[in-house]
Formats: sequence, C-alpha cells, structure tokens
Amino acid sequence: MEAKDYLKDISEIKDLMNKSSLFISLSGLAGIMAGIYALIGAYISHLLISQYESRYITLESNIFKLIVLIAFLVFTFSVGTAAILTYFKAKKQGEKVWNSASKRLLVNFLIPLLTGGIFALLLLRNQDYGLIAPVTLIFYGLSCVNASKYTFRDVRYLGITITILGLIATAFSGYALQFWALGFGVCHIVYGTIMHFKYDSK
Amino acid sequence: MKNIIQNINKAFDHRIRLGIMSILMVNEYTDFSTFKELLGVTDGNLASHAKALEAEEYITVQKQFIGKKPNTTYTATKKGRQAFKEHIEALEKLIRKN
Repeated sequence: MEAKDYLKDISEIKDLMNKSSLFISLSGLAGIMAGIYALIGAYISHLLISQYESRYITLESNIFKLIVLIAFLVFTFSVGTAAILTYFKAKKQGEKVWNSASKRLLVNFLIPLLTGGIFALLLLRNQDYGLIAPVTLIFYGLSCVNASKYTFRDVRYLGITITILGLIATAFSGYALQFWALGFGVCHIVYGTIMHFKYDSK
Repeated sequence: MKNIIQNINKAFDHRIRLGIMSILMVNEYTDFSTFKELLGVTDGNLASHAKALEAEEYITVQKQFIGKKPNTTYTATKKGRQAFKEHIEALEKLIRKN
C-alpha cells in the first residue's frame, strides 16, 4: 500500500518537472499547416519566376516585391495558425498559454531567429541574393534546435534537418526555391505529422 | 531496510513541499505565482510550506519589487538538491523492494 503512494509521488514529481520546465502545448497540426502555406507560397513564386522574361530579378522589380509579399504572408499565416492552435490545445489541457515555460521557449526561439532575419536583410542590402535562402534555412533550423530544450524533442530533429538542408542549399546555389520548399514546406509537414500523432491524437 | 527508511526525508513527506522541490530541481528559480498555478494551492498554504523548506536550508528566498509589486522568487540550495536526490533514490529502492 505504501509503495503505491510512493509511485504516485514519483509520477507527480515527473509531471511537475515537465510542466514547469517544458511547454508541451505546441500543436503538431500547426506545423503541418505552416508547411502547407510554405508549399503554396513556393508554388506561386515558382509560377511568377517561370513567367518572368528577364533572367535576373532585381530588388526594384515588381516580381521581387511580390515574392517578398508572399513570404511575408506565409510567415504571418503560419504564426497566426500556430498561435490559435496552441491556444486551443493549451486550453484543452487546462494549461495557461502564457506561462514561464512558454516565455522561455519563445525567447530562446527568437534570439537566433531575429539574428538570422537581420542577417538576411543585410545580405539583401549588399545584394547577396544567392545566400538569403540558405541563411534563412540555417538560422531557422538553429532557432528550432535552441528552442527544443524547452519543448518536445522532435523540434530538435526538425531543426537539425533544416540546418543541414540550409548547408546543402549553400553548396547548390540556384535551387533556392526548391530547398526552401523542402525545408519550410516538406520538413514542417513531416515533423508536424509525427508530432500530431505522437502527442495530439491521444 | 532501516537504512532506506532513514533516507526518506521527512521534509519532503508532503505533496506541496515535494512539489516545490521538484519544480526547483529543474528551474534556476521560480516565483510565487508560478508555484501557486502549478501546485494549485492558496497563498498561506504555499508560504508556510516554503518557510518549512527554507528553515531546513533547502531553498532560499529572494524578495524584490517589480515596480510597486512585490516579487518573491525561490531557488534550491546545494544542500536541498542533495537531500532531494537522496530522497528520490530512497523512494526508488522502496518501490523496487515491494
């Protein structure tokens, strides 16, 4: 009888340790949706580029502005969807969305991500267009690796995969869009699906 | 057997004290309101259990003000971490025995 009490103690200890240090309301579905948005964005960009008559795309051209707009929309929709789905998952689990665990997760995710974002903008200013896709992939991947300490372990593998893709994309310049679609689209869908079936559909 | 029971720490023989210590083992520090939220206890209850752990020198309390609001945070001491580890090991042994 006593042993049962101690077992309960242990499981409670484990539960509190996880709850206080990890944010586990992250939704796998949000990853899948982000991947789908990215693939749609990449496809539209591909159509735009293939219709473009000139070989070079300049910073002032309309097509460039359109692609930036598409990237911005993909980003906004992904973040929005993730926020909404995570909110509902947390609510279902009776957890607060904005607690010390989620704050820590967000801060540690944003440090490498903002660094990468600023770096990409500087590359844009220096007209190093070829490096922008790999740089965004690499920094996003590292952001995931950094954030993974505060949430599911799968995020770590997602981050490592995307970082490697970014390095390969650096070696094979000229396939920026394809690597982008693979990294932000396919990887998100694959890992989102894994996470969804592992944690959400219980 | 006698040995094992000795290691079961009386200070952790309560749900809330055990909870406070578990949380502090994996966090650098934790504030009062987070404890309340995670453990689902009242102010007075939490304060008295925290005080008991503080008396054992298992945790330390830092009081400061953020603006006009008082903010109390807790940190586990080296002694507290060691005691908690021994407590867990004793629990494990007890469970395995049964």
